Amino acid sequence: MLASSFNSLITGFTESIGGDVLAFLPELILCGTVVTLLLGRLFSLDRKIPSHWIALTGTLVAFAFAFSNLYALGADAYKDGEAARIFSGLLLNDGLTCFLRLFLLVFLVLVISLSVLSGIPDNEDGPDFYTLLIGATIGMILMSSANHLLMLFMAVEMASVPSYVMVGFLKGRRPSSEAALKYVVYGAGAAGVMLYGTSLVAGMLGTGDLQQITAALGTLFADESVGTDMSDAAIRTIVLGVMMILVGLAFKLSLVPFHFWCPDAFEGAPAEVGGFLSVASKAAAFALLIRVAQQLTGLGDLAIPLAIGLGVMAVVSSTFGNLAAYFQTNIKRMLAYSTIAHAGYMLMGVAAMLVALKKGETALAADCVEGVLFYLVVYLFMNLGAFGIVALIRNQVYSEEIEDFRGLASQCPWLCVALAVCLFSLVGLPPLGGFVGKFILLAPIWQAADMGLHWTMGALVAFALLNTVFSLFYYIRVPIAMFIAERPEGAREAATDSTERVFVSLLTVPILLLGMTPMIGKLSQAAETVATDSIIQPDDQHSSSTKSHPSE
Amino acid sequence: MDFEKLLPTLIIFAPTLGALILALMPKDREDELRYTALATTVLTFLLTLALLPLFDMDNKDMQLTVSAEWIPNWNINYQLGLDGLSLPLVLLTSFISLWAMVASWSITKQIKGYLILFLLLETGMLGVFMATDFFLFYVFWEVMLLPMYFLIGIWGGPRKEYAAIKFFLYTLFGSVLMLVALLMIYFNSNHDGRHIFDLLLLADAAQGSEGLLDPVLQTWAFWLLFIGFAIKVPSVPVHTWLPDAHVEAPTPISMILAGVLLKMGGYGILRIAFPLCPEAVGEGATVMVAIGVISIIYGAFAAMAQTDFKRLVAYSSVSHMGYVVLGIGVVGVVAANTDSGYVGSDTWQMGINGAMFQMLGHGVSSAGMFFMVGVVYDRVHHRNLNEFGGLAGKMPLYTGLSAGIFFAGLGLPGLCGFIGEVFVVLSAWQFSKLLAVLAASGVILTAGYILWTLQRVFLGAEYRGPHEEALTPMLGREKIVAGVLLAFAIILGVFPNIMFQYMVPAIEKLTNGMAGRLAGL
Repeated sequence: MLASSFNSLITGFTESIGGDVLAFLPELILCGTVVTLLLGRLFSLDRKIPSHWIALTGTLVAFAFAFSNLYALGADAYKDGEAARIFSGLLLNDGLTCFLRLFLLVFLVLVISLSVLSGIPDNEDGPDFYTLLIGATIGMILMSSANHLLMLFMAVEMASVPSYVMVGFLKGRRPSSEAALKYVVYGAGAAGVMLYGTSLVAGMLGTGDLQQITAALGTLFADESVGTDMSDAAIRTIVLGVMMILVGLAFKLSLVPFHFWCPDAFEGAPAEVGGFLSVASKAAAFALLIRVAQQLTGLGDLAIPLAIGLGVMAVVSSTFGNLAAYFQTNIKRMLAYSTIAHAGYMLMGVAAMLVALKKGETALAADCVEGVLFYLVVYLFMNLGAFGIVALIRNQVYSEEIEDFRGLASQCPWLCVALAVCLFSLVGLPPLGGFVGKFILLAPIWQAADMGLHWTMGALVAFALLNTVFSLFYYIRVPIAMFIAERPEGAREAATDSTERVFVSLLTVPILLLGMTPMIGKLSQAAETVATDSIIQPDDQHSSSTKSHPSE
Repeated sequence: MDFEKLLPTLIIFAPTLGALILALMPKDREDELRYTALATTVLTFLLTLALLPLFDMDNKDMQLTVSAEWIPNWNINYQLGLDGLSLPLVLLTSFISLWAMVASWSITKQIKGYLILFLLLETGMLGVFMATDFFLFYVFWEVMLLPMYFLIGIWGGPRKEYAAIKFFLYTLFGSVLMLVALLMIYFNSNHDGRHIFDLLLLADAAQGSEGLLDPVLQTWAFWLLFIGFAIKVPSVPVHTWLPDAHVEAPTPISMILAGVLLKMGGYGILRIAFPLCPEAVGEGATVMVAIGVISIIYGAFAAMAQTDFKRLVAYSSVSHMGYVVLGIGVVGVVAANTDSGYVGSDTWQMGINGAMFQMLGHGVSSAGMFFMVGVVYDRVHHRNLNEFGGLAGKMPLYTGLSAGIFFAGLGLPGLCGFIGEVFVVLSAWQFSKLLAVLAASGVILTAGYILWTLQRVFLGAEYRGPHEEALTPMLGREKIVAGVLLAFAIILGVFPNIMFQYMVPAIEKLTNGMAGRLAGL
C-alpha cells in the first residue's frame, strides 16, 4: 500500500519532471563540463587535452542543444504563462529564458576563445578558470530563469561567487587581490541586504513565487484596513523589502550609488574577466530585474514613484559614469565607468517598462523590454570587443594605459580599427550597432512621454542623448591616441597574427551588421516576440497601442 | 532589376566598393592606390552623369525612386530618390569629390587610410542627398562624421586635434537635436495605422488637411531641426567650428567641407524642416532671415579681419552661406486659384532658387578658393597674408586662375557667385527692405575683403615672406583642377539655366505644398 503510493508518486514525479529536465538540459551539460574539468585533473587528463578544449566542447554542445531545441520547435520550445513553469515553478522556461540562455552561451564561447587567444589562464590554471567561468554562467542562466525569491538569491550568489575568484585570478598581482577583496566585501554586503529583502517580502506576502507577487500585493493593497501609503507598517515593510532586493540587483548592475566596486574590480581583474562580467552578469541581472520589476505594478500608487526612482538612478548612473570616465588614464578603468553608464541607459528602459505597465500600456512595455534586449545583444559584441582587444594589445605592449596606445595604428591597424569600431559603437554613432540599439531602446521611452504617461520619460531620453554627446569626449581619447599620436621612440613593437584578426573580426562584424543590414529587423523581431511573451498580461481590459497601431 | 532602379544605389556605394578594394591592396603601392581611388571617383562622377538622361526635368516629383524593406517592424525602409533639389547637389558632390581627389596628390602621409576614409566620406555625402527615408537620411548624415573626423585629425595642420573634435562635437550635438525631432515626427505620424519615416508621405501628411504635428510640437520640431542643420550650414552663432575645421583640414578636405558638407545644412532645411513643419516656418521666417543677414555681415567683417589666408576663405564661407539661409527664409504666400487656395509667392520661389544656386556656385568657387590657398601653401608653407605680395610676377598663371575664382566668390556678374546672390537679395527686398539693404551691403564688404586679399597676395613689387625660391609655376595637375573649377564657375555664371531647369519645378512644388498651411496662420 505504502509502496504502491510511493511508486505512483515517483512515476508522477518523473513524468512531470521529464519535460523540465529537457528544458534544463543545456545547463546540465554545462554542469557535466564542470565536473569533467575537475575530475580530469584527478586523472591527469588536463595534461593530454588542454582544458580549454573541454570547456569549449561542453559549451558548444550546450549551445547546440539550446539552439536546436529552439530551431526544431520554434516558438513551441518555450511556453507562456503557467506552462512555462518548470521544477514546480521555481524556474521559468519562457522566451526570455531561451533568449538569454542562447545569449549567454554564445558569449561564453566567445570568452573562452578569447582566453585561449590571450593566454589567460595558463595550462596549469586552465581547469580552475574554466570551472569558475562555466559555473558563473550557469548561475547567470539561472538568474535569467528564476521565478522564485529563493532561486533569485541562489542564482545571484551562484553567479557572484565564481566572479569574485575570477577577479582575483592573477594571484601574484596585488591590484588583482585588492580588486577581488573589494568585490567580495561589497558583494557579501549586497547579498546580505538582498537576502533580508527577500525574506521580508516572502514573509509579508506568504509566497516567494514571483508570478504570485503581483496578486499578493494587490490583495494587501486592496485591504482597506491597511491603506495605501507609507504610514502603514505592512506597506513600509514591503517597500523596504522590495528596495533591498533592488539594491542587490543594482549592485550586480553596478548602478550608482552601488558601483564603487566596479572600477577597482575591472582595473585589477584581467581584461578578459572584465569583459565577461561587464556583459554576462549585466545581461542576467537585467533579465531578473525585468521579471521583478513587472511584479511591482502590484504596489498600487507606489509603483510609479518607484519607477521614477529607477529612472533617476538610471540618469545618475549614466551621467556619473560618463563624467568619471573622462578622467581615467587606464583603459580598463575607463571601460568600467562606461559599463556603469551603459547600465544606466538600459535601466531607463526598465523604468519606462514599469511606468507603461502600470498605466496599462502592455504593448509599449513590451517595446521597452525589446529595447533592453536588443541593446544587450549589441552591447555583448561592442563591450566584449573592447575588452578583448585591450587584452590582445596588452599582450603586445604590456600595458593598459591609454598613454601607451599612442601610435599603435601604424603597427597593428586591424586591432586598432576594430577597437575604434567598438568604441564608436559604444558612443552610439551610426552606422554602427550601438546607434540602432540606442534608438530601439530610447524610442519607446520617448513614446511613453509622447503618450503623456509621465513627463519624466522625456527627461530620460534627453539625458540619454546628452550623455551620448558627453561620452564622445572620453571614448575618442583612445582613437586619438591610436591614430593621431605618433608611436614614441623605443616603444614596444606590436603585431597581430591572423587568428587574432579572425577573432576580432568575429566581434566587430556583428556590430556593423547590426547597424546596417536587415539583420536589425530580424533581431528586433525576435526581441519583440520574446519581450511580448515576457510581459505578464494583466486583465486585457486596457487596450493598448503599439508602434504599429498609433493611438490616434 | 533594371539599371534605372539600380543606379542610385550604385552611385552611393561605388565609393564604398572602391574603399573595400583599396583596403585589400598593399599599402606601399602608393601610385596604384591613388589611381584606384581616382578611378573610383571618376566612375562615381560618370554614374551621376548617367542620371541626367533618365531624369525628367519637367517632373516636379521624386524620380528614380527605390524602396526596399530594411527594418520592417519599425517601418524603416532603404528608400532613395532624386528630385530637382537633390539632383544638382548629387552632381556637385561627385564633381567636387573628383577634383578633391586629384588635389589629394599632395597628401603623402598614410595614403591608404586617407583614400579609404575619403571614399567612405563620399558615400555618406551622396547618401544624404538621395535618401528619402528620415531614418536612412539620419544614418547617412552621421556616416560622414567619422571619416571627416579622422581626415581632419590625422592629416590636418598643427591644431588638428582641437579642430577635429570641435567639428565632431558640434555636428554630434546637432544630430542629437535632429534625433529628438525624428522621434517626435515618427510617433506622431500615422499612415495606414503605422508610424512612418517616409519623408514623402510625411510631407504629404504635414501639408494635408489633417496636419502632422500640432502647432506647439511643430515649433519644437522645426527649431530642433533648424538648429541641427544651421550648425552644418553654418550660421552665426553656431559657426565657430568652421574656421577651425577648414583651416586645419588638408586642402582637399577643405574643398569637400566647403564645397559639399555645408550644403547638407541647406538641403536638410529644404528637404526635412520645411515640408514637415510648414506652420512653424511661417512663424520662424523672420528669425531665419535675420540669422541669414547676420551671418552675411558678420562673416564678411570677420573675413576682413583675418591675416591667415585660409581662415579668410573660411569666414567668407560663413558669409556666403548666409545668403542661403536668407533666400530660404523669405517666406511669402499669395492667393491663387488652386485647391489649397494659396501658392508660394514668386519672391519666395525666387529666394529658394537663389539659395539653391548659391549653394552650387559657392560649392564650386569655395572649393576653388581653398585649392588655390593650398597651392601656394604647399610651396611656401605659410598663409600669413601680410607676408605675401608680388605673386603675379612669379606665378602669372596661378594669379590669373586665382583672380578668376576669387571673383567668382566675390559675385562678379558673369560668374557663378553673382546669380545666387542677386536672386536672394532681390527676393529679400519684398520681405523686408531693411534686410535687403543689409544683405546687399554684404556684397560690398565681400568685394572689399576679396579685392584687398588679391592686392596683398598677388600685387606689389616683391614677395615679402619666407621660401621665396619655392614659388615655382603650377604643376600640370594643379592647372587642371584650377582650370576646371574656373571653367565651371564661368559656365554656371553665364548659363545658370542648366541648373535652374532642374530646380524650378521641385521648388514650385515645395512652396506651393506648404502655402496652404502657411496661409492658415
